[in-house]
Amino acid sequence: MSLHITNDARERIIQDALQTFPDECCGFLYGTETGDERLILEVQAVGNSKDGDKRRRFEIKALDYLRAERYAEANNLQLLGVYHSHPDHPSVPSEHDRVAAQPYFSYVIVSILAGKYNTLQSWRLNEDSQFEQETIVRSQFSN
Amino acid sequence: MATVIIPTPLRKFTGQKTKLEVEGSSVKEAIEDLALNFPDLKKHLIDDNGRLRTFVNIFVGDDDIRDLQNESTTLKDGSVISIIPAIAGGSH
Repeated sequence: MSLHITNDARERIIQDALQTFPDECCGFLYGTETGDERLILEVQAVGNSKDGDKRRRFEIKALDYLRAERYAEANNLQLLGVYHSHPDHPSVPSEHDRVAAQPYFSYVIVSILAGKYNTLQSWRLNEDSQFEQETIVRSQFSN
Repeated sequence: MATVIIPTPLRKFTGQKTKLEVEGSSVKEAIEDLALNFPDLKKHLIDDNGRLRTFVNIFVGDDDIRDLQNESTTLKDGSVISIIPAIAGGSH
């Protein structure tokens, strides 16, 4: 499993995470899929609608999700997953992430430590509902 | 006849179909019809007590059925039902 991501899309995710720190940011990933390879062409930030501690939790409103599916269809893109940040934590999914995760989706997680970018990794659930890491390939391809 | 929009993560349970026609005069009947035709999809929608899973939101048009009559929400010919998975998580 590999996830190709354009420099622009990657930079947008990191900037959203930095600007939202110390809260968690979140958003959608759009692109194309060929076999086991995914190419992220576009990302879209959305508000973290979690009632409560946004520094360790994120939630996306149902209506925002509905709009994301419609956006993908209208633009001939595939909704490939979501991203979120882990402020002052590694870019590794927590048990909370795993339990709430959807099949199929790529989960890009960006770690911000003390307000600075640390790491970015991507994960996908396997058939046993466990996360497996996706290899991230930085792509020069621009949309 | 109503149309159900299947969200991307659940399309592998519907043979990659994105839209399906379902029978039923209420949301409950429509979801049951869907579960009958796509048994692999069922466990993602309905719990062991026959209720809609907490992690699943259902919209009719642009309205959450929780703001309508929940599962009893009536459907008309041409109603569009969207299944929306809850998207959430967090660092620890």
